[in-house]
Amino acid sequence: MLAIDNLKKHFGFVKAVDNINLDIEEGEIVSIIGTNGAGKTTLVNLISGYIKPDSGRILFFNKDITYASPYVRIKLGVGRSFQLIQLFGGITVLDNVRTALFSKYGMIRRGLLSADRYSSVTEEAIKILDNFNMADKRNLTPKGLSEGDLKILDIAIAFALKSKLLLLDEPTSGVATSDKFKVMDSIVSAIKKEGISTLIIEHDMDIVSGYSDRVVVMHEGRIMAQGKPDEIMENKEVKATVFGIVS
Amino acid sequence: MGLKQISKNPRWIIYLLIFIALLFIPRMLSIHDLMLFEYGITFAIVGLGFNLLLGYTGLLSFGHGAYFAAGAYSVAMIAKYLPQAYSLEILIPASLFFSLILSIIFGFVCVRHTKIFFSILALSLSMLLFALLFKLYHITGGSDGLRVPLPTLFGMSFKGIRRPEFLSGTYYYFLLGVFSISFLVMRGIVSSPFGKALQAIRDNEVRAELIGIRVRRYRLYAFMISGMFVGLGGALWTFVNGHVTADLSHWVFSGEIVYMTLLGGFGIFEGPIIGAMIFTYLKLYAMGNTQYWMFVIGATLIVLVLILPNGVAGAVSSLWTKVKKKTN
Repeated sequence: MLAIDNLKKHFGFVKAVDNINLDIEEGEIVSIIGTNGAGKTTLVNLISGYIKPDSGRILFFNKDITYASPYVRIKLGVGRSFQLIQLFGGITVLDNVRTALFSKYGMIRRGLLSADRYSSVTEEAIKILDNFNMADKRNLTPKGLSEGDLKILDIAIAFALKSKLLLLDEPTSGVATSDKFKVMDSIVSAIKKEGISTLIIEHDMDIVSGYSDRVVVMHEGRIMAQGKPDEIMENKEVKATVFGIVS
Repeated sequence: MGLKQISKNPRWIIYLLIFIALLFIPRMLSIHDLMLFEYGITFAIVGLGFNLLLGYTGLLSFGHGAYFAAGAYSVAMIAKYLPQAYSLEILIPASLFFSLILSIIFGFVCVRHTKIFFSILALSLSMLLFALLFKLYHITGGSDGLRVPLPTLFGMSFKGIRRPEFLSGTYYYFLLGVFSISFLVMRGIVSSPFGKALQAIRDNEVRAELIGIRVRRYRLYAFMISGMFVGLGGALWTFVNGHVTADLSHWVFSGEIVYMTLLGGFGIFEGPIIGAMIFTYLKLYAMGNTQYWMFVIGATLIVLVLILPNGVAGAVSSLWTKVKKKTN
């Protein structure tokens, strides 16, 4: 579904992404790991349209989206969450998700009837929150949520856009260790239920090996290795470069 | 919201009770106080419009006097150049139209920026309009302004009637009707999907863009609606005031619109309405009692920012929340 072909993005002398080739299949959960500055977030920013590449191509269902605006990518089904949580802090949890749904359905211009009148959208938003075990918190504003819940809400918003590909930038960063698996369980069960392809940036190897179909290792803007989690964990070069283990 | 839901919601019951009370205001107030109250209502409509931009979209304009002037001058110019069309049912749509046109033009420039840049651009553009209104003496009356006679309404003429009588009769109910419609329309806008999109933009424009909201376009829509409401307020104000001058587009007047919105509280829908009412009385009584009235207004603003940052309505609302929590 996603094909990245010789993608390049340099910031001056820094080769953030350097001729990367990567494919993601439908329904696949792929994790990207790497040291700080390896180019993981830049890659996700390029795929989501947040920044534009110097060269190369990004194909999504065979459609060239290399220079498409974020708006076009979202409409095609590329959604993302952020490393630093990006929510709508002044409206309720329900409205955070509902606004994404209104946008997805092209209903955002409707300006006279209360949002509550669109009961099917409200029900769908509650269902999404329920998938992420957050339905009971729908009337709170994000200020009243824990860090883990904020992360989940961030992803629920991306999920509400009916994305075919979800880009999750460090979904468990800032979450207490005891809550990390709970957060990931919620996210992955919702993703798998809908068969959404997912690209996850993550540092925690327990999370990576527990939830990924495939792991891609980046180093200095290039892909160093990729394969099943077990293979990557045993790869000597990865162990030395990423984990600092010299055997 | 259906009638059943409305009847169950205490907020709507309060609105209805206030509306019923407002119907009897002309019988309760002297003509002088009623005129003041009418000034307050026109500013309340202005506040509703201004707050769509400030409270719901997160854009602080120091140039909304321009749209007020657009509405007011639409009325005055029609009175001067097109007297045969000088009827309320024509003047109101005309003022909406001209304030919309102006807000499209100015908004197109302003919404490309946010924060201080937006505020300064809005201010500069309103001062451009001020300069035009001030200098084109033969058309606009310059610093002397233009007189606004009493209009007709659906063929009904008010010739021979003094302005205070006009204001205490038909016009008060017309004003109340327009205010009620404006209130309901704005209430609908802020609670609609469109209103939610504006709040999303206010809270986080990057994320709003990434859920598929065209941020700049929606800011322009908000600017246009806001400008129309302020223009409508301006048009209605002219009949109470009887005279328009270029000062309406001056940044000092725009500052008063900001002031009344802050005074009431921009975080709450009803805040600007309360602020408009308080400001109208505060300004008049301060001006009537001391030559240092600007000091009073300034001191009030300082107190407001330091003690009631959420305005009067915000303070009442948080007090109510605390009382409710304690009783529960």
